[in-house]
Amino acid sequence: MSSAPQPIEVDRQTMEVDIVCAGFGPATGGFLTTLTRAWSENPGDPAFESKVAPGMPLQVMCYERADDLAAGVSGVVTRGEGIRASFPMLDRSEIPMAAAVKQEHVFYLLDSIGARRSALLRFGDFFLGLGRESWVKDHAFELPWTPAFLHKDGGLILSIGQFNQWVGSQLMAGGLAQIWPGTPVSGPIFAETADQARRGVTGLRLADQGVDRHGIPAEGYMPGMEVRARLTVVGDGPVGAVGQKLDERFGLPAGHARREWALGMKMVIELPEDSELEPGTVWHTFGFPEPEIFGFLYVHPERLVSVGIFVPSWMGNPQRTAYRYLQHYIQHPLLWRHLQHGTMRSWGAKSLEESGKRGEPFLSGDGFARIGEGSGSTNMLTGSGVDEAWTTGVELGEAALELLRADKPFTQENLAATYETRRRASWVESGAKEAENARNGFHGGFVRGVAGMALAGLTGGRLALRAHIPPAPKQIRRFATFIAGGLSVEQAAKVALDCARPLHDALMSARGWPEIAFDGRLLVTQQDALLMGGKVQAMPGFADHVVFLDRQCCIACLEKTCIAMCSGHALTLGSDGGPDFEREKCVHCGACLWNCAQSPDGERSNIEFAAGSGGLHSAEN
Amino acid sequence: MSYALHIVVCAGIVPDPLQTLEPTTGPSGPGIKNEMVLPAVLDPWAASALYEAANLAAKCPGSPQSPSKVWLVSLGPKAKLQQVMMSVAQKVSFELVPIDGPIGGFPDAQATAAVLAEAIAAIPGLDRKRMLLFGGWESATRGAGVTLGLVGERLGIADQFQGVDAIEFRPDGPDAGSFEVLERVEGGKHQVSVCVGAPAVLGWATGNLAEPRNNPQVGMANMRTIMPALQKAKTAALEANGLHYVSVSLPKQQRETRVEKSMSPDEIAAEIVEWIGKDD
Repeated sequence: MSSAPQPIEVDRQTMEVDIVCAGFGPATGGFLTTLTRAWSENPGDPAFESKVAPGMPLQVMCYERADDLAAGVSGVVTRGEGIRASFPMLDRSEIPMAAAVKQEHVFYLLDSIGARRSALLRFGDFFLGLGRESWVKDHAFELPWTPAFLHKDGGLILSIGQFNQWVGSQLMAGGLAQIWPGTPVSGPIFAETADQARRGVTGLRLADQGVDRHGIPAEGYMPGMEVRARLTVVGDGPVGAVGQKLDERFGLPAGHARREWALGMKMVIELPEDSELEPGTVWHTFGFPEPEIFGFLYVHPERLVSVGIFVPSWMGNPQRTAYRYLQHYIQHPLLWRHLQHGTMRSWGAKSLEESGKRGEPFLSGDGFARIGEGSGSTNMLTGSGVDEAWTTGVELGEAALELLRADKPFTQENLAATYETRRRASWVESGAKEAENARNGFHGGFVRGVAGMALAGLTGGRLALRAHIPPAPKQIRRFATFIAGGLSVEQAAKVALDCARPLHDALMSARGWPEIAFDGRLLVTQQDALLMGGKVQAMPGFADHVVFLDRQCCIACLEKTCIAMCSGHALTLGSDGGPDFEREKCVHCGACLWNCAQSPDGERSNIEFAAGSGGLHSAEN
Repeated sequence: MSYALHIVVCAGIVPDPLQTLEPTTGPSGPGIKNEMVLPAVLDPWAASALYEAANLAAKCPGSPQSPSKVWLVSLGPKAKLQQVMMSVAQKVSFELVPIDGPIGGFPDAQATAAVLAEAIAAIPGLDRKRMLLFGGWESATRGAGVTLGLVGERLGIADQFQGVDAIEFRPDGPDAGSFEVLERVEGGKHQVSVCVGAPAVLGWATGNLAEPRNNPQVGMANMRTIMPALQKAKTAALEANGLHYVSVSLPKQQRETRVEKSMSPDEIAAEIVEWIGKDD
C-alpha cells in the first residue's frame, strides 16, 4: 500500500499571518470582498490591526493552486442573488463574457444516432415522434413549461475564469489581501489537542517544490512553507487537498456522506459570423447522448457559447467517458445547427460535488471554517453552485468581521455562533434542504430520477423519493454484469493501445457509436483539445498528485473507470496492467477520485488526489 | 569591496503563449483577438532576462553600503500588471517600476522605447554609469526585435549585445566591473565578447537558468514595494507617430494529428524531423 507523498520532516520556513485562505474561487472571492470592503471603509478600525505582527495591518493571504486566478473551468448561469447583493451597482460590461439571462429553454433530446435507450424511453421517443412535425424539431422536444426551480430569471451568464479575474483584480488593487496563484497547498496544520470534541487547525502547509514525482527531494528542493494563522479559510473546492484532509481527520457529521458526483466538461466555442443565437440565451437539455447525461448551452456576448455536459456517478456504467460524449453532444442536430463551422476556443472539466447538504462537512472548528462547494453548498435541484458558494464566503466574511470587531478569537464556538448561525438562516440553507433528496430517484433509473426531481422541486422538497445511495466506488457496475461491445474495459484499453487512440474512443466505438469526423477546428482529438482548448501545463519540481494507494488492486481491477473518465487523458494503461499517470496532462478535474471501482475501506476510493501544480491555462472558461 | 550592480530589466506582459492567438485589425490598427480576455504572463524572453538578472545580483551582491539591485520596468494596463506580478514576484527579488499604459496588440517600438527610457531615467537611486539594461532579445507575441536597443540608444548606451545566453561578471580584482558575454550568432554558434564595464544593453535569448521556484517569502518581501509602486504608477500614452503596419504575424503554432498504426519509430522520427524542418 502506498500513499501520496507525506510531508518530509525537515525544518520548514514558517510565516505568521492573521487569516490564510486555501483556494481562490467564488467562495473565497465572496469572503475576501466582504472582509476587505468593510476594512477599506474604515481603515482606522483597530479590528483590522494585526495580532501576529503588532503595528501592522491585518495580514491576509490566499494561496491558489492554478497558475492564474482566471484559470477556472466553468461557464455558469446563475441567479446571482448573492453576487448582486455584494455588487448592487454591478456593471456587467466590466466582466468579459458576462451576459444577462434573456431566455431559457429546456429540451428533451431524442436519440439522433442510435444511442443507448431503455424500452421505456424508446416508447417515449416513439410517442413524441408521432407528433414529429408539431412537437419535435431537430430531434428535440422543447418542454412547453419550465418549472420555477430551474429558472434563472434576472440572472447572469458568466465565465468563472473571467469572473474570478475580475474579483481578484479588485481585491489586489485594494492592497489589503494578497492572492498568490501557482501555489498549491498540501494540507492543513492540525492543532495539537487531547480533547476529542475539538477540531482545530492552525494554518496551512504549502506543497514541497524541487521534488521528484514520488515527493523525494531533488535538485532545488524547497520544503513547503508553513503559514500559521488565527483563521484558516478552506475554500479549495470538492477535491481540494485541505478539505479532504479535514474530512479524513474529523470525519463528517452523523448521517452525512459524499457519494454523489458528476463530471462537468465543456467547451467555449466561437460561433460562425452568421449565428442567430442571442447573447443571454440559456438551454438545458437531457436525454442525449445518454439518458443520464444532462447538457447545457449558454450564449455569451461576442459570439461565444459555453456548451457542456454532466456525467454523473449514478450513471453506473464503468465505461463512462466524457470527451467523446461531449463531441457527440455538440453534434446533436439541435446544437449542431448553430455550432457547425464554429471554432473551439477553450475546453475544460471539473468534478462537481453533488451530495449538497448530505455531504456537508463540519463547517468550522478552532481556527478554521469551510466555505463554498467543498462545504456542501451546491444546490442540485436548481443546478446552482456559484452563487451559493459566493454567499457562504460572504457569510464567513461577515462572521469574521463580527469577531474581529468584538476582539474575540476564532474558536469553534465563536465561529459556530457567527458563521454557522448566518449560514443556517440564509437562503443557501433553505435551498439546500429543498434539494437534499431531489436527486434520489436517479439511483433507480433515469425516468424515476426525473419524476423524483419534479416531485421535490414542485413541493419545495417536502416530498421526495427515497433511495439508498451507495459509496461512489459501489455505484460503478461491475464487469461481470456489464459488458459493452463485447469488451471489458481492460480489453478495450488494450485495443486502444494497439490502435494508438484514447480509451474513450475505443470504448465508444466498441459500443457502436459513430466515429468522429475531425474538422480541426471544433471536432479535434482529445490530445489537440488539451493543447488548443485546455492549454494544459504543469510546473516541474512537484510530486505526482494522483497516487494509486494499492497498485496490485489497480492491476487486478477489470473496470479501470479511472482511465475511461480521465478528462485530460492523463491516465493510461501501464505496462503492468495498472493505470499510469502523466502529471503534465492533468487538468485537475478530480474525476479519478470518484471514478474508481476499488475501495480499501468500502467508502473511499483506491486513488488519492493530493495537492499538485499546473492544470488549465485558459481564462475563457 | 565587491562591485555593486544596478540591473534594470525591461519586460512586457503578453498573452500566455499557450493560448490560441489570432491577429485581428481594429480601428486603432492590428491587434490580438480578445487580448483582454486572455491570461497574461511576463514575456517569456524577458522573464529569462529577469531570472538571469536576479541570479547575477545574487552572485555579485555588492556591499551592505552599496548592494546590487534589480529593477523591473514594465509597461501595461495596471490591472494586468498587478495580476502578473502575483506570479512573478514569488520567483526572484526586484523592485517594480510600473507604467500604466494601454498596451496591447503591436505597439510602435519607437514610442514604447521612449516611454521606457523616460521611466528608467527617473528611477531614484539608479546609478546609470553602472547600469546593465536587460531585456528579451525576442518576444513571445509582439516583439519588433528592436525595442530594447532603442531604449539603450535613448539612454546613451553604446555597448549592446543581443541573443545573450550567458554572462560572466568580474566583481573583484583589477578588472572589476568587466564581463564576458556569450552571444548567439549565425550558424548556431556563439560569439564571446569582453566588455570593460557598464553601462551596457543585454538582450537575452533563453539563458541557461531554470524558472525559479515560487517562494512565498520572496513574494511577501517584493509585495512591500510592488503594491505601493502599482498604486503610484504613472500613466503613459504611446505616441501614434503616424505608423502604418503593412503586416504583423504571430509565432506559428502548427498542429497536424493523425493516427499511424504501421510506421516504425524510425520512420515516424524521420517524418517529424522533416516536418520541423519545413519553413512555410
